[in-house]
Amino acid sequence: MLEKALKGSKRYYGWITVLLAVIGIGFGFYLWQLRFGLGITGMSRDVTWGFYIAQFTFLVGVAASAVMLVLPYYLHHYKAFGRITILGEFLAVASVSMCILFIFVDLGQPMRVLNVLLYPTPNSILFWDMIVLNGYLLLNIVIGWKVLEAERNAVPPPGWIKPLIYLSIPWAVSIHTVTAFLYCGLPGRGFWLTAILAPRFLASAFASGPSLLILLCLIVRKLTKFDPGKEQIQSLAKIVAYAISINVFFFLCEVFVVFYSNIPEHMDHFKYLFVGLHGHGVLVPWMWASLVLMAVSILLLVVPSTRQNESILAIACVTVFAGTWIDKGLGMISGGFVPSPLHHVNEYVPTLPELLIALGVWATGFFILTVLFKIAVTVKEEVAGVAS
Amino acid sequence: MKRSRRSFLQLAGVSALGLGLKPAAGLFAASGGHGRAPGEKVLKSEKALKAKQWAMVIDTRKFESAEDLEPLIEVCHKIHNVPSMKDKRHEIKWIWEEEFEHAFPTQELRFLPERIAQLPFLTLCNHCEHPPCVRACPTKATFKREDGIVLMDFHRCIGCRFCMAACPYGSRSFNFRDPRPFIEEINPDYPTRMKGVVEKCNFCAERLAVGRMPACVEASNGAITFGDLEDPESEVRALLRENYTIRRKQALGTGPAIYYIV
Repeated sequence: MLEKALKGSKRYYGWITVLLAVIGIGFGFYLWQLRFGLGITGMSRDVTWGFYIAQFTFLVGVAASAVMLVLPYYLHHYKAFGRITILGEFLAVASVSMCILFIFVDLGQPMRVLNVLLYPTPNSILFWDMIVLNGYLLLNIVIGWKVLEAERNAVPPPGWIKPLIYLSIPWAVSIHTVTAFLYCGLPGRGFWLTAILAPRFLASAFASGPSLLILLCLIVRKLTKFDPGKEQIQSLAKIVAYAISINVFFFLCEVFVVFYSNIPEHMDHFKYLFVGLHGHGVLVPWMWASLVLMAVSILLLVVPSTRQNESILAIACVTVFAGTWIDKGLGMISGGFVPSPLHHVNEYVPTLPELLIALGVWATGFFILTVLFKIAVTVKEEVAGVAS
Repeated sequence: MKRSRRSFLQLAGVSALGLGLKPAAGLFAASGGHGRAPGEKVLKSEKALKAKQWAMVIDTRKFESAEDLEPLIEVCHKIHNVPSMKDKRHEIKWIWEEEFEHAFPTQELRFLPERIAQLPFLTLCNHCEHPPCVRACPTKATFKREDGIVLMDFHRCIGCRFCMAACPYGSRSFNFRDPRPFIEEINPDYPTRMKGVVEKCNFCAERLAVGRMPACVEASNGAITFGDLEDPESEVRALLRENYTIRRKQALGTGPAIYYIV
């Protein structure tokens, strides 16, 4: 089926070229980082994880969201989603690939990455994260590919794929839980030291991922002969509406605990993010923007008349995606490092080379996404052509 | 023909994956050790100083100003080839000074005696009894030795910096760039580091191995005492019996092995 990705319109090839160019630029800057070291980034002794790890954290969420299609379809036999589960699975493949790349570009000694396998260390959460991420990638490639192949040949998928599909459901939950455990098990970091971190990660995941998927469905409908379906998009929109509301609810739970308990080590990070600390507050406008975006999106998604209008729905999805991205892709990681455990306030701002490398990784993900979606949509078009 | 080529490619893909996983096969069997071959032995010098849990008692009453601390910091950084980075973001430090409010950010500060509020405190790796950094490291590049010292294997570290996120004392530094051009005079008896790895105080493990006390202890004119916490007869235990001491962020349960007499 891979050959389907090779035959496309001029627009398709134009887009691929743009992505390859961005990948090329990012790769060039990565070579520089490889030579010089991570000193070309904005990270410091106090803020040792930055934009890369934040993108990784956000994208784990996008990847996990495939389960929001798989679960209703396979466990509740919600037939409508059968039409687009493949899109969710292929989005997961692209997202997990980006996650793995973001961890890789963040390593100080990437040539030694196999040490994680050579000296496996089960007490390290990073070890488990490697297992769940790679496992999830593999599961989604195999499931997506086999189910699509079966659809193309008009035969039922092989029997052995079913257990893998069922396995992929808890596995999706595990990738974001384990990713949250990276942070929330660390004794000296008050911002992350909260049991609600994993649930909060999952809630924002099930908002950001499906909102991106809705946008992708709308694009697919516009550019190809395959229509993901109005009902499908509306069902996804309801999922996003619930998830983003729960996400904001969890956030408010956190705010209550932190400020009512009045414990300084927990409050200081929130103060830094939302009002600034000791005169430092580079993220303050971003964090308020994130809250406003999420609040607006809740309004647009909960009110039936706006949710059912697809143009407004598209705007709502953009606000959900932007709001959750700022929350996790900007605030979540820096916020945990500022102030430092010694209560020094050293801020973090990503550098241009760092942003370009990150953009290169995003472009790689969208390259994988484009190729996989092209294959899936072409097969769908062919099957529909034969049927009519 | 087409079908067989495809199944061949799929099989090849799975096999390649299997090859990649092979090292993990001995996974849980080998996870206890530190990658030493069976039968291989590490011989210790007869002169080596031994302990069950090395610990340090710093008598801050014997320090008056930052000037008193500088020689200790200097000798440590000199013998361990610690570079002096110009950019503060890339700073590497094994032992350094902090004000009380930063060394003990969870302690009440408002009504401290003036002497303590203004005194610079020596801060370094606490060589915790339950080190969070060791728990976090995905490659055992940082590990706790039988004598309680938390050590680094600079050659195994992949530079993921999970240990730095885990350390509640800011005791770890990362080589954001090649440190060698920033070392004034290289000490050939101790390795230099390369870019992309984490480093920190090692309680002078290389000196203990040949029967010498840590460099900062030697340079402290008796203000720092070093010894075995598990030995009731040791000098550190005697000091802990006679004086009220504090440790950094004790509530976290890490069990720091650095005690401060204030």
